[in-house]
Amino acid sequence: MDMAYLIETVVKIVVIMLIFSALAGLGTYFERKVLAFMQRRLGPMSVGPYGLLQVAADGIKLFTKEDIIPQNVVAPIFKFAPVITAATAFMAAAAIPFWPQFTVFGYTVHPIVADTEIGLLYVLAVMAIGLYGLLLGGMASANKFSLISAARTGAIFISYEVVTGLSLLAPIMIVGSLSLVDFNNYQAGGVSHWLVWTQPVAFILFWIAAFAETGRTPFHLIANDHEIIDGFGTEYSGMRWGLFFIGEYANMFFISFVIALVFLGGFGDGGLGGALALIAKVSFFFFFFLWTRAAWPDVRPDQLMWLCWKVLMPLAVVNVVVTGLVMMF
Amino acid sequence: MFEAIAFYLFSILTAVMFYITVTTKQALFALTALAAGMIFISAFFFILGADFLGVVQIIVYTGAVMALYAFGMMFFDTTRELKERSGSPLITAGLSILSAVFVVLIFVAPIVSTKIQVTAPLIAGTTNSQSIGMVLFTKYLVPFELAAVMLLVAMIAGIVLAGKKMDRSLTLMAEEEIMIAEEANRKVLL
Repeated sequence: MDMAYLIETVVKIVVIMLIFSALAGLGTYFERKVLAFMQRRLGPMSVGPYGLLQVAADGIKLFTKEDIIPQNVVAPIFKFAPVITAATAFMAAAAIPFWPQFTVFGYTVHPIVADTEIGLLYVLAVMAIGLYGLLLGGMASANKFSLISAARTGAIFISYEVVTGLSLLAPIMIVGSLSLVDFNNYQAGGVSHWLVWTQPVAFILFWIAAFAETGRTPFHLIANDHEIIDGFGTEYSGMRWGLFFIGEYANMFFISFVIALVFLGGFGDGGLGGALALIAKVSFFFFFFLWTRAAWPDVRPDQLMWLCWKVLMPLAVVNVVVTGLVMMF
Repeated sequence: MFEAIAFYLFSILTAVMFYITVTTKQALFALTALAAGMIFISAFFFILGADFLGVVQIIVYTGAVMALYAFGMMFFDTTRELKERSGSPLITAGLSILSAVFVVLIFVAPIVSTKIQVTAPLIAGTTNSQSIGMVLFTKYLVPFELAAVMLLVAMIAGIVLAGKKMDRSLTLMAEEEIMIAEEANRKVLL
């Protein structure tokens, strides 16, 4: 393993970390603005032009706020839980190709940290670990509402994971690879080659499961909004609470990348147009997360489990069987 | 060099995590250390080039340990230390040494023996996940399918055991219906 490769990898990791940490911060601004416009408000306006510097103000507040560890919590786990959520979100990004390869000063850059052959599975597996942060934070908090939130995290986890896997199985069968780069190259022929036309059911199922994976409305029941508390985050303050948020928003961006790469052609043939199209697709999916939050109420935990196990999972199984039969004959 | 560093790092981490799992009195520590240890094991698969198995290790054990957490939540106050009834330390030490020797024997025997050969060698030009698929669906088809059938049996048994009265939901029933149902239940119990 030569030195150039090592340096290149470290630089890529740092760049991705910086870009998506900043985007996670900006994501909160977009969310507040979009929600405000949909509810006929203005949203943050006071700090900077159109409230743009609100992100910086929030950041300063979170970083300088006192970090309170309540008396009866299991301190080591309570302190460590937010790190799990934030760290696994960024670890999952290692196998996502963010951009087609390009040449800078005669040096070809591949904007993917680890081009493994099992990229897709790796992204989903590591993203799933992120829910441990919520679970541990809730269980270590010595607060009954946090504990309820932790129980709901467990319920969500065992519900959506099956749907995610089964819905992606059919596209994987068609492409014959688990690498996100291969998925992209399979659809490089243009809009008519996109997998969403041959796998519409899998696309919808995976999209729904993405909402459960990131814990967004209508599956935001982890946070117990109706009890006017913040679920697992009730006892947290300062930057530890901020880490939960960075993890959640980074996950939203990364899962949007995965949806766009798997079903909507990704960056196409690798030209500049394809790269810009990928950013447009990711922005749309991110906007859709916010749109849903403004438009839909939360479901109850038992409704989520009913939906996942009795509706989505049978649909996914039927989709896999039909895909298999079509491919066979 | 990187492989050696990664191997020793993850060996130490895994060993420490499982040591915590066994020795701690705090249920939350034990479960967290168990999950961490299981996930660290996947690093060895990645080092050996078995990427697919590494990811499967992560997926399977995050889910499995998550279920353990649920039980932990139901049975204990996980923020308090448990009072353990510890038996004789001699028996504990003896059993651990015995099982450690057995595990070492199981894994060292194939390495020392010269009679063992690879019956399903890797096919050149296939990726890791492809070669696993080929072996699973040719040489090991029968054990693979048998395991699938056994899991199906276990799942149906679980549903039958746990699924009594799952067709009615107390939150959706009127007050009188609940009273009638409870009355009927009481008569059965008497």
